[in-house]
Amino acid sequence: MNAHLQPTGSAYFIAKETERPEIHTLSVLVDNEPGVLARVIGLFSGRGYNIESLTVSETEHEKHLSRITIVTRGTPHVLEQIKHQLERIVPVHRVVDLTVRSHELGQERPLERELALVKVAGTGEGRVEALRLADAFRASVIDANTEHFIFEITGKGSKIDQFIAIMKPLGLVEICRTGVAAMNRGPQGM
Amino acid sequence: MTGAEMVVQALKDNGVKHVFGYPGGAVLPIYDEIFQQDEVEHILVRHEQGAGHAAEGYARSTGKAGVMLVTSGPGATNAVTPLQDALMDSIPLVCLTGQVPTSLIGSDAFQECDTIGITRPCTKHNWLVKDVNDLAAIIHEAFHVATTGRPGPVVVDIPKDVQFAKGIYVPPQTAPRTSYQPKVQGDLEKIKAAVELMANAKRPILYTGGGVINSGPEASHLLRELVDLTGFPITSTLMGLGAYPASGKNWMGMLGMHGTYEANMAMHDCDVMVCIGARFDDRITGRLTAFSPNSKKIHIDIDPSSINKNVHTDVPIIGDVGRVLEDLVRLWRATARADKKALHPWWEQIAKWRARDSLAYKMNHDVIMPQYAVQRLYALTKDMDTYITTEVGQHQMWAAQHYHFEKPNRWMTSGGLGTMGYGLPAALGVQIAHPDALVIDIAGDASVQMTMQEMSAAVQHEAPIKIFILNNQYMGMVRQWQQLLHGNRLSHSYTEAMPDFVKLAEAYGGHGIRCEKPDELDDAIKEMISVKKPVIFDCRVATLANCFPMIPSGKAHNEMLLPDEATDEAVANAIDAKGRELV
Repeated sequence: MNAHLQPTGSAYFIAKETERPEIHTLSVLVDNEPGVLARVIGLFSGRGYNIESLTVSETEHEKHLSRITIVTRGTPHVLEQIKHQLERIVPVHRVVDLTVRSHELGQERPLERELALVKVAGTGEGRVEALRLADAFRASVIDANTEHFIFEITGKGSKIDQFIAIMKPLGLVEICRTGVAAMNRGPQGM
Repeated sequence: MTGAEMVVQALKDNGVKHVFGYPGGAVLPIYDEIFQQDEVEHILVRHEQGAGHAAEGYARSTGKAGVMLVTSGPGATNAVTPLQDALMDSIPLVCLTGQVPTSLIGSDAFQECDTIGITRPCTKHNWLVKDVNDLAAIIHEAFHVATTGRPGPVVVDIPKDVQFAKGIYVPPQTAPRTSYQPKVQGDLEKIKAAVELMANAKRPILYTGGGVINSGPEASHLLRELVDLTGFPITSTLMGLGAYPASGKNWMGMLGMHGTYEANMAMHDCDVMVCIGARFDDRITGRLTAFSPNSKKIHIDIDPSSINKNVHTDVPIIGDVGRVLEDLVRLWRATARADKKALHPWWEQIAKWRARDSLAYKMNHDVIMPQYAVQRLYALTKDMDTYITTEVGQHQMWAAQHYHFEKPNRWMTSGGLGTMGYGLPAALGVQIAHPDALVIDIAGDASVQMTMQEMSAAVQHEAPIKIFILNNQYMGMVRQWQQLLHGNRLSHSYTEAMPDFVKLAEAYGGHGIRCEKPDELDDAIKEMISVKKPVIFDCRVATLANCFPMIPSGKAHNEMLLPDEATDEAVANAIDAKGRELV
């Protein structure tokens, strides 16, 4: 492979990767049964793969199917391994690398959205400013009293990052993010 | 039907004749059912690890699934080593574990452990049965998953209340779940591309592995046919020995770290490599950047994750080795003709490498050389119905180098995990499957003490296994690495208090033999063969012999250390200082 390998004293080789890591989004369709998530994340920790974001929920109740969306980082070689290793898990039906698929469709990346709940507390000028900015970000107020707001914001991860950064000096109390939900554009399913 | 009855019924319906196990609180209902029937025979071991390795030996020598039955908690945790061993070597192993009653799960009950959590990474799949009505279907699915696709270990964890509960038994179903559909038929276009590449090869090599043996006897048969048709030289991994007969004229011996010079040189210099059911393990490839730099590589494997994992493949063929070989042989017959003349220069080169006689050793007339012991054992047992198991270490490599296999399923060794203590219980499992065969564990003095207690199981079940210990009083392979890498500082690799193996054999109710002189060896081996009960053979061998040839760490296939070059100085300098720093 392209990896530059150093000899070690144990006949194991320490590989220095020369390929550049990429961030890809994978969709994994699994049987919704106990332990299936543990199998998936156990694979990632056991083989030293990265998880940047993980989202899971049942999507087809009558078929007992769940869809797991994983954002991961790795070299193309590692990403290919991740896909094949996931496919070996018995309750896994399908694994689609949405990023690769979007490239095949001539698009830069798949559609990715994240939802966040952002609690901001304060009074006076800061409070007014928070509400004004939330409006600019199309975040909606889902709870409020005279001392706080809870905003619900949906969008790309970068948009939510930006919103949180702006809220920080305005009395940010806590954040909850769902992780990335993703699918490819166009009429075809995964 | 109760859950416990279902377990026994499901075993019968899946063709199980023998179960290796150890009772305990959480499996007592199943043991009660086993007691009341005689279709399924239970083999009582002395430690759950022994049950697992025995079931592995049973599986490897028969091609059927091995079955083990253990209790909850420590029973399950003791099963972990054989489960991982079976995972690494792709051995079909069905492990049934008892569990505390469902109402107590999670309460830190007596002998409770998270069996499913602990065994998740060391099984192909595992199940916790929560409803007795799911039990039968789960056991059937467990057998299906263990034995199909790339075979492997599975665990079915059965809480005690489920064993008592009554429910509906369902017979084995034919339709497995939709998410598990291993691809067995290779892509015909890829196979065509492989045939074309092979037909134009000038310096080809077949590199085969355990996948050929796992695929069944037909795959080995087809492999032999392929070799005859193409005239290609063939080498094999440790796991694949016996798929092609060692007496075959195209055989080059095992490859890899302790493989033959000709096999490794041919791997390095070949122009087309056909990898069949092997996985480019690090013991095989040596330094990856220097691995067979000028060859096109064809890789046949049932597991897509094996493709391109360590080595880039030009023509990947995903499918069962037997099915793919069938197509490959058929297409070769139809479209290609072996130009055996064109291979002449390649065979001449191989003959030159072979002339180095890389497995040679200096014979000694006062002390038994370990290689000589294996050679004599081979000479005196090769015409019998013989099965060989091993432990892990120098003796294992000497056995692989000097014992020659003509048939598949005759060689049981722990390849991937390298489990010391594998061989003795594995021999027990093999003997149970083949009661009239000669089953020999070629052992090391250190390894064999890890599972020595199974001698007692062998005596109980009248399994006349032969434990042939190459006793050098060292953990020989550990010492060899200390000599290579750690300035000959032999830290804890010498066993100062060695038991008297002859007395030990007698204490267990077996037969003990000791041999210290080369000229007494043949008679002693004949005595071992003739004794119809378990034998421990204490073969005292040269204590400081090392295992060569060897690819030292960080080196390539063409940088082997050969026995005639392995002076003390060469050994000390085999791995450069930079390599040592990186440990």
